[in-house]
Amino acid sequence: MALLELRNLTRRFGNLTAIDNVSLSVEAGEFFTLLGPSGCGKTTILRMIAGFDLPDGGEILLDGKDIAATPPEKRPLHTVFQSYALFPHLSVADNVAFPLRMSKVSEQETRQRVKEMLETVHLADKSDAFPHELSGGQKQRVALARGLVNKPRLLLLDEPLGALDHKLREEMQIELINLQRNVGVTFVFVTHSQPEALALSHRIAVMNEGRVEQMDSPANIYSRPSNRFVADFIGDINMMNAQIDVVDGMQLRLSVAGLGAIVAPAHIETSTGQAGAFAIRPEQVVIGAPDEHAELANRFSGTLRDFLYVGDVTTYKVEVTNGTLIQALLPNAAPGKARFFELGDKVTVAWSSESGMFLHE
Amino acid sequence: MWFAALLVYLFLYLPLTVVVIYSFNDSRLNAEWVGFTWRWYEVLFQDEEMIQAAVNSILIAVGASFIATLLGTMAGIAIHRYKLKALPFLVITPVAMPEILLGVSLLLFFIQVLHLTLGLLSVLVAHITFCVGFVAIVVRARLAGMDESIFEAARDLGATPWQTFRLVTLPLILPAVIAGALMSFTLSIDDFVITFFTAGVGVSTLPLQIYSMIKIAVTPEVNAVSTLLMLVTLGMILLAARFDKTVLRGQE
Ligand SMILES: Nc1ncnc2c1ncn2[C@@H]1O[C@H](COP(=O)(O)OP(=O)(O)OP(=O)(O)O)[C@@H](O)[C@H]1O
Ligand SMILES: [Mg+2]
Repeated sequence: MALLELRNLTRRFGNLTAIDNVSLSVEAGEFFTLLGPSGCGKTTILRMIAGFDLPDGGEILLDGKDIAATPPEKRPLHTVFQSYALFPHLSVADNVAFPLRMSKVSEQETRQRVKEMLETVHLADKSDAFPHELSGGQKQRVALARGLVNKPRLLLLDEPLGALDHKLREEMQIELINLQRNVGVTFVFVTHSQPEALALSHRIAVMNEGRVEQMDSPANIYSRPSNRFVADFIGDINMMNAQIDVVDGMQLRLSVAGLGAIVAPAHIETSTGQAGAFAIRPEQVVIGAPDEHAELANRFSGTLRDFLYVGDVTTYKVEVTNGTLIQALLPNAAPGKARFFELGDKVTVAWSSESGMFLHE
Repeated sequence: MWFAALLVYLFLYLPLTVVVIYSFNDSRLNAEWVGFTWRWYEVLFQDEEMIQAAVNSILIAVGASFIATLLGTMAGIAIHRYKLKALPFLVITPVAMPEILLGVSLLLFFIQVLHLTLGLLSVLVAHITFCVGFVAIVVRARLAGMDESIFEAARDLGATPWQTFRLVTLPLILPAVIAGALMSFTLSIDDFVITFFTAGVGVSTLPLQIYSMIKIAVTPEVNAVSTLLMLVTLGMILLAARFDKTVLRGQE
């Protein structure tokens, strides 16, 4: 049985349907992520799971039991708030001890467990400090320690890394993964950052306007997005309107707006005549001199219009003959292989018939 | 600029200083400086009417500030928590309303509606009325500056609503509550207008007593009692400001 299950969850604010018939389940031990753009309803879902907000429809089951009538303090789960929500009048140790004291753990055991927990998050030396004396990353770790110390069944984390700078964020991501593995608590994690979701999660639910668009492993979400929204939201992608001319076994022949005829793999249920989009990741597209890459099935000549060098890789923007821009991403490392082009150069962009995908509207 | 500020301070504090100085003047008249004496303070502490007025004042101030603090704190929390639109208006109006209006309407209310005999009780109720708003304002200002999610965090971590109040809300608003109580005390002990309307005959407080004395003449004894009252008020306000800085910023 799933640890947490949402069944047809719905929440309306006036005319706005903030959560629209969401169903999902989270297994024990899982690192589950709700990913979506700002305002898509992630926080609203967490607040309903935690009990601060009530659904207008649907059920929230924990261990198979409906918890609609359970007040927040009786739910066996804790929340890590985006603002940390540390108690300003309590020391670090007392903040972490709070949930233990609420569940009447003996004072001696409380002290022991607080000490261990603070060691786990590398804050043993800060136990007497007050929240206002801590840095952002330290506050974050206190909030995590406080959420985990009582070993809840489930920990809800609402953009817990949102306020941290880039480097600290990456450090905390690694700590989060280790912590989740070591403590064995199930995480429901909220973020609008897709690299973060891909890096941390076992499974991701991609949300848009109150609905779940796709729920899958990070690899599948990235390589097999189920629709245009997911493809566009996760990572960079070239996307063009397309129509299916022929379904030929595992291959599709497509007419792509601005490109013409191409061959693409058939991943999803399709039939001749359907309209949708063709999408391909920049790293699946190669760029070369006009005579190169003759072996690839899909090949277009064009002019280099723009490139973005970011150290390890370079993204090239190529205008193919009729005004359409195709992005190609090439690593800069391969010696001899790496070619550099100048703006205005005549080039070829190409990809194999196994790359890219057709997406329904 | 600093000159203007100096003028304002002179204007405010010169009369007060004169009162203080003459309370130590060894002369019946507030005319010229004769010499230093504690005499008027001795007279003061032997004046039975004055002692009775002081006891009344203190009783009312303690009672009014205690009850107003309880009610005002609850009102402040409720206004903040439920984002009430009408209640703040209702609670805060007595603070802003001309005292004479409040005095007259309370008088009519006590006599014509409640058929109450005016006395200590009516004064107490009247003082609570205008102190509640002050406490509510200070408590609400304190809450407004706080991160809402800490109260949810407490519930989330296993605290019942009552535990959340006792362990999180109350410790955080306590400075405002204490400041509100001290402010109420000074408002109550200084109040003349509303007390005048609601005290009836026979009951006196310090401000009423002072007023009845200066109808005859401004005696050095009046200077002495005024000096003491000033000291108490000043002490309370400074103490209140130590607990919560918003009290010195006025009413927002
Ligand atoms: N209490 C409320 N009253 C009215 N509308 C609300 C309320 N709470 C949320 N909403 C609306 O519901 C929608 C979803 O909000 P929610 O906070 O869940 O978004 P989110 O996905 O967490 O966004 P973000 O990434 O910016 O935190 C938004 O359009 C928001 O304006
Ligand atoms: Mg949110």
